[in-house]
Order: sequence, then C-alpha cells, then structure tokens
Amino acid sequence: MVRLIGFLVGLGFVGVLMISFISGAVTFATEEKVESVESRFHKPVKDVHFASDGPFGHYDRQQLQRGFQVYKEVCAACHGLGLVAFRNLQDIGYSEAEVKAIANQWQIEVPSIDPATGEASTRKAIASDNFPSPYANETAARAANNNALPPDLSLITKARHHGPAYVYSLLTGYQNPPANLPAENRPGTGLHYNPYFANLNIAMPQPITSDGQVTYADGTNATVDQMAQDVAAFLTWTAEPKLENRHRTGIAVIFFLLIATGLAYMAYRNIWAEKKYR
Amino acid sequence: MATVENSDEVVGGAPDGVRRRDFINIAAVSFAGVGAVAVVYPLVNQMNPSADVLALASTEVDVSQIQPGQAIKTIWRKQPIFIRNLTEKEIAEANAVDVGSLRDPQTLAERTLEGKQNWLITLGVCTHLGCVPLGAAEGENKGEYGGYFCPCHGSHYDTAARIRKGPAPKNLEVPEYAFTSDTVVQIG
Amino acid sequence: MSFPWAEHYTPKMPLMRWLDERLPLPRLVYNAIGAGYPVPRNLNYFWNFGVLAGFALVLQIVTGIILAMHYAPAGAIAFQSVEHIMRDVNQGWLLRYAHANGASFFFIVVYIHIFRGLFYGSYKAPREMVWLLGLVIFLLMMATAFMGYVLPWGQMSFWGAKVITGLFGAIPLVGEPIQQWLLGGFAPDNAALNRFFSLHYLLPFVIAGVIILHIWALHIPGSGNPTGVDVKGPQDTVPFHPYYTAKDGFGLGIFLIAYCLVLFFAPNYLGHADNYIPANPLSTPAHIVPEWYFWPFYAILRAFTVDFILPAKLWGVIAMFASILLLFFLPWLDKSPVRSGNYRPAFKKFFWFGLIPCVLILGYCGGAPAEEPYVMISQIAAAYYFAHFLIILPLISKFETTLPLPNSISESVLHGEKQEAAPFGVDGTKPATAA
Repeated sequence: MVRLIGFLVGLGFVGVLMISFISGAVTFATEEKVESVESRFHKPVKDVHFASDGPFGHYDRQQLQRGFQVYKEVCAACHGLGLVAFRNLQDIGYSEAEVKAIANQWQIEVPSIDPATGEASTRKAIASDNFPSPYANETAARAANNNALPPDLSLITKARHHGPAYVYSLLTGYQNPPANLPAENRPGTGLHYNPYFANLNIAMPQPITSDGQVTYADGTNATVDQMAQDVAAFLTWTAEPKLENRHRTGIAVIFFLLIATGLAYMAYRNIWAEKKYR
Repeated sequence: MATVENSDEVVGGAPDGVRRRDFINIAAVSFAGVGAVAVVYPLVNQMNPSADVLALASTEVDVSQIQPGQAIKTIWRKQPIFIRNLTEKEIAEANAVDVGSLRDPQTLAERTLEGKQNWLITLGVCTHLGCVPLGAAEGENKGEYGGYFCPCHGSHYDTAARIRKGPAPKNLEVPEYAFTSDTVVQIG
Repeated sequence: MSFPWAEHYTPKMPLMRWLDERLPLPRLVYNAIGAGYPVPRNLNYFWNFGVLAGFALVLQIVTGIILAMHYAPAGAIAFQSVEHIMRDVNQGWLLRYAHANGASFFFIVVYIHIFRGLFYGSYKAPREMVWLLGLVIFLLMMATAFMGYVLPWGQMSFWGAKVITGLFGAIPLVGEPIQQWLLGGFAPDNAALNRFFSLHYLLPFVIAGVIILHIWALHIPGSGNPTGVDVKGPQDTVPFHPYYTAKDGFGLGIFLIAYCLVLFFAPNYLGHADNYIPANPLSTPAHIVPEWYFWPFYAILRAFTVDFILPAKLWGVIAMFASILLLFFLPWLDKSPVRSGNYRPAFKKFFWFGLIPCVLILGYCGGAPAEEPYVMISQIAAAYYFAHFLIILPLISKFETTLPLPNSISESVLHGEKQEAAPFGVDGTKPATAA
C-alpha cells in the first residue's frame, strides 16, 4: 500500500516536473537569448596582491598607515567607519599619543549632549570612540549625495566578492563609457561609468584622481595605483582586524592536530593489531 | 639515545613491543588531553573584560565647578566616583584622628595628592558589599563622622572617607588619578 | 539489549561500586559507548560519522552558549553585537568562526552519515526506528541552522527569514496568517529575531534528547555493518572500547584538521558576502541563496515553474517538504531483504550513478542563479530524485537478483569478501593465516 501510494506520488511529481521542464525548454529554445548589458560590460576584478593574502599572510603596517591616511583625507568626508574605534589604530602601529591626537583632531565630531543645557551637540572624539559617521542619519546622507548612500566602509572588503581586489579595481576603474554602450546604460547625471561596479554606473565620483593627491607621511610616492592599493589594504584590516591572530593560531593548531592525529592513527593501529587475523 | 633506539627496533619482540605500543597509546591520549585543555583557554578567557570595556579604563573630569564642601559623583569603569573638595575644617578633622586607632590606618595625606590635599577622590563603592554610600550629594546623610554613610548595612566613613564604624573592612578605595591641569583630573 | 556475550560492568574502585549501586550512570555509559557494547568488527570509515556528528553538536552547543553571552537579539544592535564579538571580545573571532563553520561541518558529517545509511540499508528492519529518529534530528537541525543564520541580522539573514517564512505563505487560505504568526509581524523584525534566538537556543538540546533516543534505538539490534549480515556470535564483534573509540579518535583528528583549515584560513568561504551588510528591509541582494546545505532543497523548490492544477509556488513548497518526508517511508518503500548495497548490483548502480550525482547537481543548481540552464537541469535532477525513491527503489527491490551474502561477518573479514568491508589491516587478497 505504501509503495502504491508512493508510486503514484512519485509519478505525480515527475509529471509536473516534466511539464515544467518542457515549458521551460520551449521558452529556452524559442525565445531569443538576451545577454544583459551588465554581463557584457561588467569586468572581473583586477589581479592584485596584498601582504595579507594566503595562510601565512600578515599586514604590512606601513601600508595600513598609508591606507589610513588615504581614508582620512579622501574617503572619510562621505564614508563612515562605524565599527572601528580610534583606539584600534594602535594595532596598525600608531602610538597611544598619536591615536589620541588623531581622535582629537578628527574633522567630524562625536554626537554628544551639552552638559549645561542637555541639548544635542558634538564633542571632540577620544581614543575609545568609534569613528563618527559623517552624516547624522541615512536621510541626511542621501540628501547630501544626490539620493545615493555612501556605505559604511568598516566591513566593505568582506561584504563584496573579492573584497580588497574589488575596492582596488573600483577605485582605479573609472573610465569613459565605451562607444558601443547602449544609450539607456550610459551614466545619467550624477553617475559615473565604472565597469567594476555591479550595474556599471556608480554615484560616487572618482575619488582618487591624481598622483600626489595625498602626501604620505613615510615619503612613499603617492601614485593613484599606490593609493588605491593602500586604502584597499587598510579596509581589509578594518574588516578583519584579527587576521594575523587567526593565521598564527591556525598554523599552531594545524601543526598540533597533525601530530595528534598521527599519534591517534598509530594508537588505532596498535589496538587493532592483535585483531588482524583472529 | 642509542639504547633507546635499540629497544625501539626490536618491536617484533613481545615485551619491548608492548612497551612501545603502550607508550604510543599514552602519548595519543595525552595529546588529546593537552588539546582539550588548550581549547578551554578561549572558552574561559572570553568572559574577561572585552577590549571596548578596557578602553573605558580612564576618564577625565573637570572639577573647576566644585566649591569647597561640595562633592560630585562621576562614573569611571561604570562605577561611581566621589570627588570631594574638602573644607579647611574637614581637613583639620581628618588630620586630628589618631591613625593608629583606625581599622584601616591611613592618613589623609596618604589618600590625596601632594599640594592637592583638599581633593578627596574615592570610589563610591562601600567596601562592605558594594553599595553606593550617601553623602556626596547636597543634603544627604553624611554619617556620624561627616564623610559618607552607607545605608545598606550602616557603615560610617569620615571626612577622609576612612571607615570608622559599621561592618565595612576597608576605607573607600582611592583610584589612580592625576591632575592634567589645575582643574582637570584624569582618573585611571 | 545487546548481545549475550557483551562484557559486564564490574566496578573496580570502591567509589565506583558505591556509585553504581545508587546511580548506575557509569554502567550506562559502559554499555552505551564502552566495552559493554559489542560492535561488528568489520565497520569501515563511513561508520565514523555518527560519533563525529555527536562531536559537532557538542561543539555547536558549547560555542553557541558562549556566543549568546555576548550577542544581543534586537534588530537595532544584533549586527553590531556580532561585530563586537569579532573585534572586542577576547578570542571572540575564533568562537564565532568556530560556530559558523561548525554548522557547515555538522551538515557535511550528517550528510555523509545519512548517505552511509542509504547505501548500506541502515534504514531496514530491525533499525527503522533508528532511521526515523535520525530524520527527526535532521529536520530539527535544519530548523536550528536556519534560525541561527538569521541571528547576525545581515542582508542574507533578513531575506532568508523573509523567503523561508514566505514558503508557508504558499499554503492556501491559512498561509498568510501562518507567515505573520511565525514572524510576529508583516516582515522580519525584533519579534522574529527574538523568537528565532530563543528557539535557536532551545532546539539543540531537543536534538541532544532525540540523539539519546537514536542511540538507544540503535542499541536494541546493535550497529549494522558493511555486509548487512546479522551478527552471529562473539567472533563477529569487538567491544566498542577500545577498538572503535581508537578508530573514532583518529577519525576525529582528520575531521578537526579539515575543520580547522577552513576555520582559520577560509572562514568566510562557506558564507555569503552579503551577510556582512546590515539587514535592509528596502533592498534585496541581487542573488539570494540559502546556506549551501539547503541548496538541494532550494533547487527542488525552484524547479516547479508551471501552474498545473496547483500554483507553481505551492508545488515547489510541497515537493520540497515531500523530498524529506518521503525518506520517512523509505523502510517500507525498499523491501529488499538484502541490506548492503554491496550485494545489490542494480541498487548500487542507481545509487552511485543516479542518486549521488542527482543530489550533487541539485546542490549546484540550488546555489546558482535562477536562470537557464540551471532551472532545466534542476528539473531533470529533481524528477530523478522523486523517481529514485518512489519508483525505482520499490521496483528494484522487487526484481533485482542480489549477490550471495557471506555466511557471517567474520567469514567475510577472513576471506576478503569485500575489500572495503574489511577492518583496518586485513588484506583481502591474502588468505587468512589463523582463525
């Protein structure tokens, strides 16, 4: 009985699936295949390498500091870094005093309360504060940016496929739209053509425009390419600040497990040895 | 070393073989034990204060508005701090006490900074069971010795916040602090 | 339960004797997973996965309880609290990655465990109850994993919650009220997040309870084995401890190496980038898919594209639930008296060249975008899936000529009846030297 019912149910599902399949196949065969404009013009990320790549990867602190400088001077006016605190900058090689100074001089102040009147006001940031958002809220951000929302960058390299390479490609990918781009896909007002962006037209104007836009404290030549790489490296760190701990712990753990598993295998063989031919 | 290796080579021979086998089994189990203990470390350590909590370990307070005889409560590490501007009379009272007779012998000078003896900065946490004593705000009961009074179990502190009567075992704790300017004190 | 030659617990220390007389807990453990449980001596490595699944559950419970100490189930701060764990809590990154990847590895282990059962006929009499309880555990696991994935409150969390509860919306008449009841609102928000957290915390303990029943039911007939032949006497078994504890220890080491490689060197590989974007009810990610372990079911859900009597959406939902529910009837669909696939030539072909590729293809299509040709491929694969269990298997069990079974487990071990059926160290090609 179970098998009879099962048989009928099975036939039912198979039948409906076949109907679906045939109708899909007919559509597939008869309808013209339209390749989307995005898939024709969208480019895969550029090939770029960072010190943090690979199982032994670690951060290049000089590069992170340069990247922080780019963030501070170029990105910070529009993009927040809300999950990172000023105190975290000590992890990339700034001293406690330097961190205090960076927080104190940060161009955006932290929302606060006037101690005398209780009204909303702002105060200077301190080391334990997170980076203050450049906008009071999403509405303010959209109002200031032609209805586009500059995303918070704290996790951007983990929130995009091929994170650091994507950031680097996007920053260096601004170009004039190709001649064969259909008119409806050409950037409208306030949009900019960038083949590394999902729908090809991004609201953000090209942020890094010329060599020497940032004067690096360590004297590195600030080419556009260098700045894009450095800020991508910095944003890798903001998204995964514990990467080095993770790699270090991982190598020790794997090493330990290999030995332990080897011993476990030998113990297993020992115990079973006498059972071999019984 | 050679002898050890020799005994290893005769694995086929029953007695030595058994010994080597036992050794491997013990080693395998020991490794598992070491691994298990190592895993306990993050499981326990995660309950320690996190980095953002530790980052609040110091706070700066502007004390310019506190008149002699007044006190304010502020917060440091999520605990109340009493900052009291002592009057001359209160200082004199505190210094008049025979230190040897105290439960927790300390002079006022030991509990304040040199040259800033009028600034008595203590944790507002009763050393008995952790209640917040009264006496910092205007009009609160300051206890029999004119300092602080803990209403939970009746501990009385004097003008140097030293325990004088009641169950508390210690004086109110003085945190680490320093004046960064004449009117700003950094606690922690 | 168990065999007459099972060793009996004799407490050596006076303290243990005292305890045993009052609360025979050591005796229970001894008989369950100690020397008191005789196990067929010919188990292969596929039999390691039950213990591994138990280990994975413990791992998830321990790391989960700890994450709950730092997590805050409220829409406004859930995402930040997870990042707080990743950034500020001592070793928090380790614990969170361990939990997130632990879920994936739990499913890897359980899937192998289930397919072990499917191939070796572990669902057949007298072990039907073991199979049914196992399926209950699997369903509970899926519910737990789904609700756990909602907790970080990223984009995939939010839209996953919306889409999965939307499945219930396909039920005629009562669908929409049920969906609203599940979510406590019209879209996922605090109410949903809080109840998911509560249930996500509760269900693993329910799973642990059902596992006890699962193991209890297993101990009535005893473990199966790769030949599918019943245990005949003491020569067919070895005590669980130390023989299989040692083997499981080695298996655990291999499991941990694989797990730690992912955990430490590719912790986000099995996740989705979109879940690092905070939940946004106004914007759906371009390509939403569930976690990989739901992909085969997701492919079945999407394979129904035509309204035929019932709306396509309802067909998809019914088929998805049916794809699991039919496994509950498997012991009665497949009536072949031979358990092990090794002695069932037709079954074996359909298993390796039909079912396994079919499930892998479904998994691949479930993770792919809902475009052609993936939809058409998944329609074929889904049709095969239902046909395999509901049509092919019953027919095979009726008409198949099975191979001769070994007389006993020990005979198959000694004569190398099947290479893979032999325990470690037995070379199937050499004749046995001693009995």
